[in-house]
Amino acid sequence: MAEAVEDIEFRLLLEAVFRKYHYDFRGYSTASLKRRLRQARERMNCSSFSQLQDRVLHDPSAFPELISFLTVQVSELFRDPAYFRAIRERVVPYLRTYPSLKVWVAGCSAGEEVYSLAILFREEGLEDRTMLYGTDINPEALRRAEAGVYELDRIPSFTENHRLSGGKSSLSDYYTAAYGGAVFDKSLRRRAVFSDHSLAADQVFAEVQLVSCRNVLIYFDRPLQDRAIGLFKDSLSRKGFLGLGAKESLRFSSHADGFETFDQAERIYRKRGDA
Amino acid sequence: MTPGRAEAVAVGASAGALEALSAILPGLPADYPLPVFVVVHLPPDRESLMARLLQDSCRIKIREAEDKEAIEPGTVYVAPPDYHLLIEPDRRLSLSSEEPVLFSRPSIDVMFETAAEAYGPGLVGVVLTGANSDGARGLRAIRAAGGSGLVQRPDAATASAMPRAALEACPDALALTLQEIAEHLRGMVASR
Repeated sequence: MAEAVEDIEFRLLLEAVFRKYHYDFRGYSTASLKRRLRQARERMNCSSFSQLQDRVLHDPSAFPELISFLTVQVSELFRDPAYFRAIRERVVPYLRTYPSLKVWVAGCSAGEEVYSLAILFREEGLEDRTMLYGTDINPEALRRAEAGVYELDRIPSFTENHRLSGGKSSLSDYYTAAYGGAVFDKSLRRRAVFSDHSLAADQVFAEVQLVSCRNVLIYFDRPLQDRAIGLFKDSLSRKGFLGLGAKESLRFSSHADGFETFDQAERIYRKRGDA
Repeated sequence: MTPGRAEAVAVGASAGALEALSAILPGLPADYPLPVFVVVHLPPDRESLMARLLQDSCRIKIREAEDKEAIEPGTVYVAPPDYHLLIEPDRRLSLSSEEPVLFSRPSIDVMFETAAEAYGPGLVGVVLTGANSDGARGLRAIRAAGGSGLVQRPDAATASAMPRAALEACPDALALTLQEIAEHLRGMVASR
């Protein structure tokens, strides 16, 4: 069967984005990416992917809008509280044995998970020895992460999640309500760095003891998933921890041998001492 | 367009889903030659018992869908709670935590639309009981790609809104009882 015109245009658009802007979406899962690109096409008033490609190549100001469609930004503070409870109760005891700690939140979106871990590490008394790296490819998401302001209507579920995660303080200790938003305490960012990093194109940038990368790999095809997991393995110190999303696993990865399962239910893995 | 030889079945159900699925899936043999994708609206708990509950009464294998796994015939793939289930063009499964669609995650429309692209005329879409309109748009996409549509008769459904919306979107879809849907799914592969 001949390749559908829309499929040709779809691949060409991804190629154009890569060559002009060096953002590589070519290894993303097709079904979800195409769905989001169709939304972009509609919202940006283009009749085809070719027209969208023309627009993006000749009008750099259209690119940030496109990027916001290409990246998925759905997160919460302490999303999946049981995961954070497992980090707190099972992983932190190991982390305590290190004099200094580095944590990498890969695909941090607007920073929800970085703030969650910053709060958790403060509650566990590890804050002063920890650096948190939040990375993402979306500059607008990174700006929002840097600002640390979330809509007030999200606070009730954040509060409930925090409580269920075994929170030892009140979430309200960490934010002030202002101008319809919850502004998180700047001191939480004292030990956090947000920066641009692509799991599809960039290399390892630090040796870390914990990588948390949740609901990011599901948007990648198998080869790109493998590349990302390889980066995590290379970045982790011996016996370092890797936390994935509730429906993600290392089962199909060529790097699976480099890890052992630490908490099956919460998808937490540990790099082998000899890997 | 005439539907082609069936290659896959896509099922969507909401309120009353367990009962409806229990009237259909036990009728499929262990060696049913097609994969079956199922999206049910469930509360976003981490562990769904749906696959295990259904397996007790079924011969066909029933599993929760896993990200990027290759699709096998004779298997029912159930979308996990709180994730969309998508079908890739290379006929693998994908999960996604994108925004809910029509307040639903998983969304029947999202699964139907991506399955329609992957299977075209080879897809059979089935809309069962439910109290919203999820699935209508997806069934239209299945029909537009040349696939066929089966809808539970609204007057025989626990909740009639969802099958009614599907029939409004696709007036030429077959309106059948659960019994007839089960027979149709068996009958269309009987000569294989």
